[in-house]
Amino acid sequence: MTANNDEQAILTVNNIEVVYNHVVLVLKGLSLAVPKGSIVALLGSNGAGKSTTLKAISGLLPLEDGEITDGWLEFEGQRLGDELPHKLVRRGIFQVMEGRRVFEDLTVEENLTCGAYTRRDRSGVKADLDKCFNYFPILKDRLGKLAGYLSGGEQQMLAISRALLARPTLMMLDEPSLGLAPLLVEEIFAIIQEINQKEGTSILLVEQNAQMALGVSSYGYIMESGRVVLDGPVERLLADQDVQEFYLGLGSGGARKSYREVKHYKRRKRWLS
Amino acid sequence: MDILAQLIVSGIAVGGVYALIALGFVVIYKATSIINFATGEFMMIGAYFFYTFLVMVGMPPIPSFLMVMLCSAMLGLFIERAILRHMLGQPTISIVMVTIGLSSILMGLAEMIWSTDFKNFPPLFPRAPIILGDIIIRSNLFWGFIVAMLAVAAFALLFKYAKVGVAMRATAGDQMAAFSMGINVRTMFTVAWSLGAIAAALGGVIIGNIGGIQPTLGNIGLKIFPVVILGGLDSIAGAVVGGFIVGLVENIAGGYLDPYVGGGVKDLAPFVVLVLILLIKPYGLFGKEDIERL
Ligand SMILES: Nc1ncnc2c1ncn2[C@@H]1O[C@H](COP(=O)(O)OP(=O)(O)OP(=O)(O)O)[C@@H](O)[C@H]1O
Ligand SMILES: [Mg+2]
Repeated sequence: MTANNDEQAILTVNNIEVVYNHVVLVLKGLSLAVPKGSIVALLGSNGAGKSTTLKAISGLLPLEDGEITDGWLEFEGQRLGDELPHKLVRRGIFQVMEGRRVFEDLTVEENLTCGAYTRRDRSGVKADLDKCFNYFPILKDRLGKLAGYLSGGEQQMLAISRALLARPTLMMLDEPSLGLAPLLVEEIFAIIQEINQKEGTSILLVEQNAQMALGVSSYGYIMESGRVVLDGPVERLLADQDVQEFYLGLGSGGARKSYREVKHYKRRKRWLS
Repeated sequence: MDILAQLIVSGIAVGGVYALIALGFVVIYKATSIINFATGEFMMIGAYFFYTFLVMVGMPPIPSFLMVMLCSAMLGLFIERAILRHMLGQPTISIVMVTIGLSSILMGLAEMIWSTDFKNFPPLFPRAPIILGDIIIRSNLFWGFIVAMLAVAAFALLFKYAKVGVAMRATAGDQMAAFSMGINVRTMFTVAWSLGAIAAALGGVIIGNIGGIQPTLGNIGLKIFPVVILGGLDSIAGAVVGGFIVGLVENIAGGYLDPYVGGGVKDLAPFVVLVLILLIKPYGLFGKEDIERL
């Protein structure tokens, strides 16, 4: 069912196991694929292992004492070994980490410089910078400001701009909607879609906000405690009764379920894993 | 009044040199969170490097100075690669012990290579003291101050504007995020050790030029602790201000009180001020609140 055998996949994750601190098994045979030029959503509840999956791909895992103990990854047709994350950025894999992680003591401009750290083509960086200001005009007014003083939304814009400036072939976004007002979330997702279409960047999108994520993606994976429990083209996921109930918070009538009911379902959905 | 002005001016001049040495400490601490107790010995070795190229090899002063920078950079690089890189993730106390051990090793090596004899540089600057109105400054101190300030300014510009400087500050702020930008954090550690060693070594050359050199020259390095703790361990601006404060305090207190108590105030005063300031501002004048590992 997975898109694993798709020859056009820019990224293939095959049956990986990830262990933290040599003991905590977090990913238990996870597989997924990102077709070239597409947006793929990776959904799941808290602690399912979404961020861990991204860190396994971007090479950041060892920095948190995590280790891939089984399975393999392939990027642009080549196996990923145990390269350090800065090398993977040069190969075209860029992760926007959960919680934005802007450099608070650096100005907005210096943060952007860091995003373009691996680039050598000054004119290209300049052009991409203009693109960032085009997407997020507010950043232009904040250039000299310390990033720590930006609002959460502005920080997310900065985080995405840093990613844009790295010019990755695969951009991974970890919960870009976290803590943002609904209107801003829509704006950010529209821009993510635009980046995908205009720059041709393949995107792996981790989200709690399933509705928004599936809205811009072409394929989706749903994770539960370290495994993929459901995947398919978004149309099929959106039509799926369970997905509607458990992840979109919609009952069969289409009305939003109360938190209490969703909680109840959360207990019941164990069968999924 | 004249005496006070005189003490203030020489205090500032000495303080500028302390600032440079303290910078060598701060650069390493900021990037790697390592408290380098061997900063004073980096300083001492730097002075011997200069002596070696200037006197033993017979190179002119400016090339000797550049060679000091090169050799100290290599020393910093070697120490980081060979020792401290392997200590990554070890308890702070173990790492502190390693740097203390390092300071003894460097001192021992200096004794072996250059002997314990007191050595002087040949005069580098015109001997005539600099006279500003009523104030007289020893030529070596005056030029030492100028060189120290130029070096501090060069480092400040490097950190502010150079790409590697920005990357180092990013690394200091969030290592994992820095990695995710494609910054090789390990290289940044190496660069920090090299730059730290250079700053301390240049300070050593200046101090050595003022008072001569011996393997125990590094003991002056202890003075950077009041400097950096006053300024906050991770603040470059703080190192500069702290340097001036310590220079002023020891000169003024020493100048006025030493004649009455028969000496010692000069060395004691900075630490007294240090304790007082820490009682009021526990993180130093410029330090970030979450830094307290000492
Ligand atoms: N550095 C770590 N050391 C040990 N365990 C960890 C570490 N990071 C994550 N875990 C554990 O791995 C599991 C998955 O964490 P992960 O951050 O990947 O979840 P997630 O799906 O991203 O959740 P969320 O939606 O809350 O961000 C959790 O049980 C978590 O406790
Ligand atoms: Mg997460």
